[in-house]
Amino acid sequence: MTAVIPQRPVGGRLVDQFEYGLDAPICLTWELTYACNLACVHCLSSSGRRDPRELSTAEAESVIDELQRMQVFYVNVGGGEPTVRPDFWHLLDYAIGHDVGVKFSTNGIKLDRARAQQLARTDYVDVQISLDGATPEVNDAVRGTGSFATATRALENLAEAGMRDVKVSVVVTRENAGQLDEFKALTDRYGAQLRITRFRPSGRGADVWDRLHPTQQQQRELYAWLLANGDRVLTGDSFFHLSALGEALPGLNLCGAGRVVCLIDPVGDVYACPFAIHENFLAGNLRDVGGFQRVWQQSELFAELRSPQTGGACTKCAHFDACRGGCMAAKFFTGLPLDGPDPECVQGYGETALAARDVGLATPRSSVDHSHKGPVRGQPTLLGLPAMPVKICDESPLAGLDRG
Amino acid sequence: MTISVGFDVDLPWQKAGSVALRPEPFGALAYHFGNRKLSFLKSRPLVAVVEALAEHPSAAATLTACGVTDAQRPAYVKALADLARSQMIEVRT
Repeated sequence: MTAVIPQRPVGGRLVDQFEYGLDAPICLTWELTYACNLACVHCLSSSGRRDPRELSTAEAESVIDELQRMQVFYVNVGGGEPTVRPDFWHLLDYAIGHDVGVKFSTNGIKLDRARAQQLARTDYVDVQISLDGATPEVNDAVRGTGSFATATRALENLAEAGMRDVKVSVVVTRENAGQLDEFKALTDRYGAQLRITRFRPSGRGADVWDRLHPTQQQQRELYAWLLANGDRVLTGDSFFHLSALGEALPGLNLCGAGRVVCLIDPVGDVYACPFAIHENFLAGNLRDVGGFQRVWQQSELFAELRSPQTGGACTKCAHFDACRGGCMAAKFFTGLPLDGPDPECVQGYGETALAARDVGLATPRSSVDHSHKGPVRGQPTLLGLPAMPVKICDESPLAGLDRG
Repeated sequence: MTISVGFDVDLPWQKAGSVALRPEPFGALAYHFGNRKLSFLKSRPLVAVVEALAEHPSAAATLTACGVTDAQRPAYVKALADLARSQMIEVRT
């Protein structure tokens, strides 16, 4: 298959230029490991166990060297839980020393007082703590028992160390959509900044999407909340599908997959976006000849993604210019065509499309799954599994012990 | 008009020291390593103007030297004022 690269217009709006892609990504997500101490029910990368093929320290350093050459000025580092990599702190310093700024997402497990002080002394690093409920009950049901306490302890340590501009990152779900003001208050309490992003049916998120994605009513409330509070809240420009409700939201209202964003996964595979870990969106591997630059600039997949959508049901809709058809990953993992409506289309076309799917339809599944195979300490209870005590003696000193 | 607040076209300007320009097909991406702000220079002639600022006695002289016509001038002055506001360019002292 040969991709025909369409002609880029001269001048005009930036959003139109971005559709044709950039020489290097603006916003690159790099997941350092699939290993994670948690087992969140909605994990976008189905993380849990380390992959034995993960990039070595030396390989990760050469990726950073290449990003510096390509003038990728900052990366969003995640996982898995990136801080469980023993060389995480070394790689952080290495990136910063090579003009590649780092924002990393963490559940806070390693952010004790000493690490918080170290981070506060480091320029050019941003920390983002994941929290999916403004109360332990809501958060721990999806992220696991004790994870609210871990996250808020990290926030306390960072605040005490004087770390500035810490982000609290929230995936908006049916369970927490009513807590936006509480999240804002919690974040303010630590002098941090709130970041809310859209929940997609990616990774294990596909298993719980029907149950957890916000209702249409919640989406309308979210849109109103963003219009009222948007200037004080970060969104990663992830709610652009809501722009079809009226006034456009601030930021880039466009799917950036393969155009301005991409994902480098722990084994060096390059995907179109962090929510698209599936062979259909795999552009190449940076261990191959030409490295990351060759994948970004020459892969056939990315060339295809860098052409404006001209066909499909959405292009005939009056709101197409506002929402651009929504999120590619959300459509793909719910079994909808990529040129049709987003499953959460606020004009209601998504629900119609979902209802019209074949009854026997098997939605696409990623073959990349590093989920824990055995029980995990404090694992989430959303799926109705019995909770395991965080420590064996949390319930009763003898609970769980064989007294036979 | 408020576009020229904080931007005097008769002063000597330059790209700020902590700013890097990354060439792009439509112009360039400007990144400020200090405040971590990102801006976009939406045409290649504008990139040429920003890069030439340091070589001329004023922003006005730079525009003339780069062949910006009177008709195009207000758009360029506005773009430079935006860049000054986001600290991508600074007054030479």
